[in-house]
Amino acid sequence: MILIVVEQTDGTLKKSAFELVTAAAALAPSFQDSTAGLVLGPGSTAAANALADYLPEVVHLDAPELSSMPAEAVTTAVVEVARLHGAEVVLFAATRAGLSVSPRVAARMDVPLLEDVLDLEVHDGLVVARRFSYLSRITETVQANSRPIVVSVKPGTFQAAEPAQPGTVEAASVVFSTEDTRVTVGEKTVAATGRVSLVEARVVVTGGRGVGSTDGFEQLVEPLADALNAGIGATRAVVENGWRPYAEQIGQTGKTVAPDLYLALGVSGAVQHLSGMNRSKIVAAVNKDPDAPIFQVSDYGAVGDVHEVVPLLIAALRDSKS
Amino acid sequence: MMKIVTILKQVPDAEARIRVSGTAVDLEGVTFVIDGMDEYGVEQALRIREGGSETEIIAVALGPPRFEDAIRTALAMGVDRAIHIETEERLDPITQAKILATTIGQEGADLVFVGGKEADWDSAALGPAIAERLGWPHSDWTTQLRLEEGRAAVVHDSDDGSEALSVPLPAVITTQQGLNEPRYPTLPNIMKARRKELLKRDLSAFASLAPKTTVLSEEIQTSERLNRLFMGSAEEVAAELIAHLRDEAKVI
Repeated sequence: MILIVVEQTDGTLKKSAFELVTAAAALAPSFQDSTAGLVLGPGSTAAANALADYLPEVVHLDAPELSSMPAEAVTTAVVEVARLHGAEVVLFAATRAGLSVSPRVAARMDVPLLEDVLDLEVHDGLVVARRFSYLSRITETVQANSRPIVVSVKPGTFQAAEPAQPGTVEAASVVFSTEDTRVTVGEKTVAATGRVSLVEARVVVTGGRGVGSTDGFEQLVEPLADALNAGIGATRAVVENGWRPYAEQIGQTGKTVAPDLYLALGVSGAVQHLSGMNRSKIVAAVNKDPDAPIFQVSDYGAVGDVHEVVPLLIAALRDSKS
Repeated sequence: MMKIVTILKQVPDAEARIRVSGTAVDLEGVTFVIDGMDEYGVEQALRIREGGSETEIIAVALGPPRFEDAIRTALAMGVDRAIHIETEERLDPITQAKILATTIGQEGADLVFVGGKEADWDSAALGPAIAERLGWPHSDWTTQLRLEEGRAAVVHDSDDGSEALSVPLPAVITTQQGLNEPRYPTLPNIMKARRKELLKRDLSAFASLAPKTTVLSEEIQTSERLNRLFMGSAEEVAAELIAHLRDEAKVI
């Protein structure tokens, strides 16, 4: 059977949860057509009930050890539930949380890990997946040499599933060790409050060095993002200049996004940046340099100064709304 | 005395052109550098030592002979000595973690730095996997670190922003941009590095480990883009862009 480990916040499932349901469906015929969902932490009961509209079986587990979801306690919970259910595939979303826990789960189970995959197939009983390497310049095809396996799935790659027959919900119970809670979680800083989540946004507006300053973001990027109900991204240069927080950085050392529309403003298009956005459905760019590398990976490019072009875009979008 | 291990990789330069011959990446003629994410770990270890605590810093690398250049860079930055476990085989992170955890255990390390994401295999798995093998806690995507009374007070990037953690030692810390600004090796230190100990070990010294994954093929990542370019006045290009996003791509 396949166990999918979904993420939720206070009872609300993350978008990646529905993508994992679809990813599991791709493998299910080779795994007895049996898939269960696992929801952990505060709010897991409500989230499990919501997930049961999509899966035949949902397991939820909340415990004091999981109150701040430390990686080791989550690992223990996942490994125990996987063992009890005889899971042959454990699927995670390749979010920061998923990328942190899934290698621990694979190492503890001593099984193959397929990391940040774009698709999943079964050949001769073994799971084969494609994933990026070399700063997303290469797509490699990797085979897990045995079963069971642990997989993390790149967010935004699989379509979100539609509701199916309602399934059952049961509570699990797991015995934790004292090691599981030795890391204590302190202050959390949530970036960009009140704005749509960067990794879940359907539209992402990213500013690069060409935006010029913190003020440039407030005058150009923020109002355009508001007009499009978009998440805000930034390049490494912008973050290193202190114009925007790390949490907004897109690229190799930042977030990976795959929105319907990626709008790059004053972004040159360094390799490290492209690896964070090259799965976007439509890429559009505004840059005054017609030779900027970003145009080579764009569907639509407007050659012009962002300080002149972007206010016109904002005005046009506001006009069409009213 | 505190012992710190920094794990090193050598990767193609970010500006290097990656080619494919047949069904595999061809790295012939490519310029290699120490992985930038590993440099943050080396720099942080040096700063801990410079902060006054008696510290030995050991660089450990698992990979082909060419990795020696990256090791020399770390020694020139100020690492005390290095261990290079040589193999031409591409090993998955879970298998690598077993080999590296054995070495880290033999060295009796208190703290291990691992690059947050490898610039060749685009993997963030090695740090958490090493921690699990050692039975240690970890912090990933770490942007701040301070040692205090047997614990590491860190700030790390999370999905929603950032999070402060207090991690008991021994621990594995994976790095993130922003942790520090790595130094450049000076000429005297490059000279001095040549006399530092670089212990070569053969992979056969470790228990035979079959790789858990196999790369079947590699191809250039291509994305079909329309590459439409609008030129003219600001008014013209803005109008063209809006029109195409609305009427052709239908994304706004």
